[in-house]
Amino acid sequence: MNNNVVNLENVTKRFPAGKTEFKALNKINLSFGKGEFAGLVGPSGSGKTTLLNIIGSLDIPTEGKAIVLNKDIGQLSHKEAAALRNYGIGFIFQTYNLLPVYSVFDNVEFALLLQKMPSDKRKKAVMEALEWVGLADRAHSRPSTLSGGECQRVAIARAMVKKPQIVLADEPSANLDSKNSHHIVQTMKRLNQELKTTFIFSTHDEKVMQYLDRIIYLKDGMVEKDEQIITK
Amino acid sequence: MLEFKLALKNLLGSGLRTWLNVTVLSIAFVIIIFYNGMLDGWNMQATNDTRAWETGAGQYWHPDYNPYDPFTFADSHSKMEEGILALEQNEMATPVLITQATGYPGGRLVNILLKGVSPNQKILSIPSHLLKDNPDDPYYIPAIIGNRMAQNLRLKEGERVLVRWRDTNGTFDAREVTITGVFKTTVPTIDAGQIWIPLEKLQELTSMTGEATYAVISPSATDLPEQTEWVYKDDKALLKDLADIMAAKKGSSRVISSLLLAIALLAIFDTQILSIFRRQKEIGTYIALGMTRMRVVRLFTIEGTTHSFLAILVGMAWGMPLLLWIQRNGIPMPANADQAGVAIADKITPYYGGGMIMATVLLVVLSSLIVSYMPTKRISKMKPTDALRGKLV
Repeated sequence: MNNNVVNLENVTKRFPAGKTEFKALNKINLSFGKGEFAGLVGPSGSGKTTLLNIIGSLDIPTEGKAIVLNKDIGQLSHKEAAALRNYGIGFIFQTYNLLPVYSVFDNVEFALLLQKMPSDKRKKAVMEALEWVGLADRAHSRPSTLSGGECQRVAIARAMVKKPQIVLADEPSANLDSKNSHHIVQTMKRLNQELKTTFIFSTHDEKVMQYLDRIIYLKDGMVEKDEQIITK
Repeated sequence: MLEFKLALKNLLGSGLRTWLNVTVLSIAFVIIIFYNGMLDGWNMQATNDTRAWETGAGQYWHPDYNPYDPFTFADSHSKMEEGILALEQNEMATPVLITQATGYPGGRLVNILLKGVSPNQKILSIPSHLLKDNPDDPYYIPAIIGNRMAQNLRLKEGERVLVRWRDTNGTFDAREVTITGVFKTTVPTIDAGQIWIPLEKLQELTSMTGEATYAVISPSATDLPEQTEWVYKDDKALLKDLADIMAAKKGSSRVISSLLLAIALLAIFDTQILSIFRRQKEIGTYIALGMTRMRVVRLFTIEGTTHSFLAILVGMAWGMPLLLWIQRNGIPMPANADQAGVAIADKITPYYGGGMIMATVLLVVLSSLIVSYMPTKRISKMKPTDALRGKLV
């Protein structure tokens, strides 16, 4: 056993494209340790989102093995995959994906409701998560009344509230201005350091990249370069 | 439980669209209850009135008597058997004799049935006590008629009308009868075309002393004679025509209910289809947050079905006072409504039975469950990654 939370061995993913197949990932071999703050970088179509989807058990590899939190993604039933996402993995999306009819509090609480956490513990955890992202005072606002940066901070709180071992962030700053981009990445960096949560980003945003400890360059579904950043 | 909470939150969050669906469904719900309540109320009133005025708790018929064939009336009379006579002596049965006759009101000729009934009988609601004889006039014949017959013959209380009949030997005879009472009944089958006179008088006029066509049994009668030549007709057989008419009315009510419900359910079905296409990212998010696809299917199905629960609550809120008001005041029937030949009062009082309401609630909930589930099956085929991208399935 190693200390990695994610181990990818020869992961290949092919999608049908008309009569042929499109190879989105080609024999990817990667591993991510506990507490890493890593990013998948590459142009559109390089396989960043597909790789995140497989790590997040939203998809399965066509070939190879993806072991996430000691679970073989390819072998999981729908129920097991859902449980893995519910307890072990947090998601942050480019378009925030907040549930529009719920309040900020309800959105963050949602994952804990699925975990059947008792009400008092749940409320405490939600307020704590909102405090991490500086939105405790907006707990009862609707997402439609928040700015883009605030929405993304709610999404971070929602991903972090269950204290998952891995957070997958798909282009989290793509819809944000420079100031908000820095703010949300700094928030995530702080949570990464405080809670030792592994963060894996897909991004091509320079502002995000400067905070990463490790950058994996993908091109045409293959790892082009895997670079550890030495923090000065 | 979580799905119920989420479904309710989603529905209430959807605002106007939800309330439009709920309103349409609640209207269908209330109308179905009203319509069925009206039919049940009518059925109950018609059954009770028919029992009280015409059929009693059962009847013994002369073997040749066929109420649908007037030609049988001439031969369908005899003395009652001992067992039935014993019932009559104990006031548990009352005999009725029928003879075909012709009336001449105002010089017109009208075919009528002369019916003889005991003035002292208490089994039927017919006001036979009004058949008071005049001991000073041996030719005096008191008669009572229903208000339809009175209207038809243009006769009033105290007026006289010439009636001609044939006795048991086929000899024609005629005499004037005096209308001593006009009664109002909801049962047209004892009214239209009929003149009621004292039984003994009719027996005397037709030379059928001690004879009857049928005997009506009291509801309190026990130990009915079993082995009789006269045919026993129980309550069910006597009310069969009424039950058949009501069944036909129920059939048409079901068609109307189905149409109403279909319109309301179409709105829910449409909303569900729209939801699944418009809320794909939301579906993907639910899955990403840890819901299984089947759980999302359940959530959307419950969400659609919750329309029906809300509709029932909303329907109760506005429909209950309205339905109770209608029940208290009744529904006026048109003047010629009784031409259909079924007992029908001036006003129908709807009856909202618990069973009928429960059945309607179940119908609304189950049908909305089905139409809510059908479109959600698509979710189980949806790939979470496609859903998150909002890609159409």
